[in-house]
Amino acid sequence: MHDALERDDRVFLMGEDIGPRGNVFRITAGFLEEFGSDRVIDTPLAEASIVGIAVGAAMAGMRPIAEIQFADFIYPAYNQIVGEAAKIRYRSAGGNSCPLVIRTPYGGGVRGALSHSVSVEALFYHVPGLKICVPSTPADAQGLLASAVADDDPVLFLEHKKTYRLIKGDVPAGDHRVPIGKADIARVGRDLSVITYGLMRHYAVEAAQRLSAQGLEAEVLDLRSIRPMDRGAIVETAAKTRKVLIVHEDQKFGGVGAEVAAIIAEEALFELDAPVRRLCGPDVPAMGYAKEYEDAFMPSTERIESAMRELADF
Amino acid sequence: MPTITMPQLGETVTEGTVGRWLKKVGDPVAKYEPLLEVETDKVASEIPSPFAGVLSEIFAAEGETVAVGAPVGEIALSAAPGVAGPKSDVDAGRPLVAPQPAASATAGSRRFDGALPTSSDGIRYSPAVRKLARQHRVDLQGVRGSGRGGRVTARDVAAFAQSGDAAAAQATAGQQPVASTASSAGAARPSTAIQDVPVSPPGSDDTVVRLTPIRKTIAERMVFSRSTIPFAWSMVEADITDVVRWRAAEKDAFKAREGVNLTYLPVVIASVCGALREFPAVNSSWAGDHIIVRKHVNVGVAVDAEEGLVVPVLRDADRFSLAGLAQAVSELAEKARKRRLTMDDLADGTITVNNTGALGSVASVPIINPPQAAIVTMEAVVKRPWVVNDALAIRSIMNLCLCFDHRVFDGGMASRFLQSVKRRLENFSSQPS
Repeated sequence: MHDALERDDRVFLMGEDIGPRGNVFRITAGFLEEFGSDRVIDTPLAEASIVGIAVGAAMAGMRPIAEIQFADFIYPAYNQIVGEAAKIRYRSAGGNSCPLVIRTPYGGGVRGALSHSVSVEALFYHVPGLKICVPSTPADAQGLLASAVADDDPVLFLEHKKTYRLIKGDVPAGDHRVPIGKADIARVGRDLSVITYGLMRHYAVEAAQRLSAQGLEAEVLDLRSIRPMDRGAIVETAAKTRKVLIVHEDQKFGGVGAEVAAIIAEEALFELDAPVRRLCGPDVPAMGYAKEYEDAFMPSTERIESAMRELADF
Repeated sequence: MPTITMPQLGETVTEGTVGRWLKKVGDPVAKYEPLLEVETDKVASEIPSPFAGVLSEIFAAEGETVAVGAPVGEIALSAAPGVAGPKSDVDAGRPLVAPQPAASATAGSRRFDGALPTSSDGIRYSPAVRKLARQHRVDLQGVRGSGRGGRVTARDVAAFAQSGDAAAAQATAGQQPVASTASSAGAARPSTAIQDVPVSPPGSDDTVVRLTPIRKTIAERMVFSRSTIPFAWSMVEADITDVVRWRAAEKDAFKAREGVNLTYLPVVIASVCGALREFPAVNSSWAGDHIIVRKHVNVGVAVDAEEGLVVPVLRDADRFSLAGLAQAVSELAEKARKRRLTMDDLADGTITVNNTGALGSVASVPIINPPQAAIVTMEAVVKRPWVVNDALAIRSIMNLCLCFDHRVFDGGMASRFLQSVKRRLENFSSQPS
């Protein structure tokens, strides 16, 4: 974000507590002092307005990065995102665009309880006109954000809050870009494929490493973008290993995995040697606060490993 | 009108039992929709309909057992294209199951219009398996499955195609079923000879247990063995005190080192193998007008699995170390209990060792597993007052019983063989050979 602010005068930030407070995760600490209150704008607790103002600014030629403090609070802005931002290019027959980035931390595993743990990707990925990025590594976060800011259409940028502190990694210098819509093969394997994204990429890679000791080599595909979705990479890995496990933290029913499975069914059915499996969050209304509830909700390395072994044995 | 035939659910299987019809006569059925359940010794499988249409007739009722390839039902086609012959893409490349015309006669009075056998073999293969089989022109029936429940995986097909030796597999499949020797092949197969004994009908407080396929196979083979082999029996008592002491001293270290329990079974197998080297004639088969003395020593180990007796085979058992035998026996037993045995594990035994002593027996007359010529039991180890150097001692004694095919060799050979096993056990050192 710092790079984007430096590179492009049209970029500005809006959000709750991003000014003097420097964002609840300290992401924008020092930004206010460096770029001033015209470009780092603290907003009231009014998500619909944050996005609505950003949509207007984007249409007027700016490149806003709007922040929703927690994805759990994005619902008031749903109409602005889905009903407005995503439709602007189509509605104006290409005459207008809405180069807007909406960043928000999502996901559980940090004892965030009912209102600070939600995954919202499935609520948005149905919507044409909206791009969704879900980076899982620092380099991907930087590269995808650069691409999102440069993109002429709205991008929902989902950052798993547990990766903020858990995952460390080098970030390439310079104007590094990761193309939106391109998956990443986090691990090469031959016996089965795990298709996942976000925090679960790291759990899946860890599980794959454990299985490797037992002679099973799993491929891990990190989608990185949920929309557009990298159909080619999905079909390729499915056809290569013939067995696919889809892992995501978000609830199973109607989740991103449903679309991945559908793509495989449509394009790679005759390559499959086993039914596609999904390991996802349970279809309950929310992730509870108690550790037991949280553990029961979140797929863990152990559960991923055992699901992988089961599929490999099929 | 296309006929639904009894699929061959695994290589060992020569017949199948209709467990349940999932459709009634007159019911419409979609292509691939589950049509009936068939029971085998391994699983109850749902058989999908190879056609879309209406189930017009049922030839084999629930509970009825018919030969593989025999018609079990008939489907009146809906007016869909491409179902009649190998026109559709799917049917064209799929390896045709070898028709089994003889089997059709088993349907007896039931109507069977002699239509071509369907190209569906009824087993569920994954799309990838079908595709690979088509690509490599592999007949899936010859492929051994390594997946769950013996499922043929894509990798199995790829490996099979690579080995390129479909003919060899056919040969193995043809050679194996001892059970089929028991039945007079195909049409006139007796359901089981046991039936001939007059049995009064079950009373109201009796329970009728339907024969599972494995029970039936066991019954047939036992009848065949006892009714065709002139067997003789002999028993020796072996003083295995040294083995017992050695085992007591070693077993914890052995378990820690090898990961499996140290039992008497591998020790006895090793002694049997040693004795066979001394008397190779015991490792033989009766073949009508000649005797085949087998070079390989493949020891069948009787395992009391949940659904019945199975006898997995330890190939080239004479080449194993004691630890190797312990490992291999433990693996086979585990596989047997988990129903994971493959055909390979069950085929080509040349002699059987049965650990009857595990359940406390001190003498038994085992039934020879044809075409083998001998079976040895190891009975329970019991402490006995025993005369050693004209003094009484308390020693650990194990009885060894031998049943042998008297056509193949005589009592003298049998006794010398048993004495050799006994001597090896009594003069046991930790690496007997």
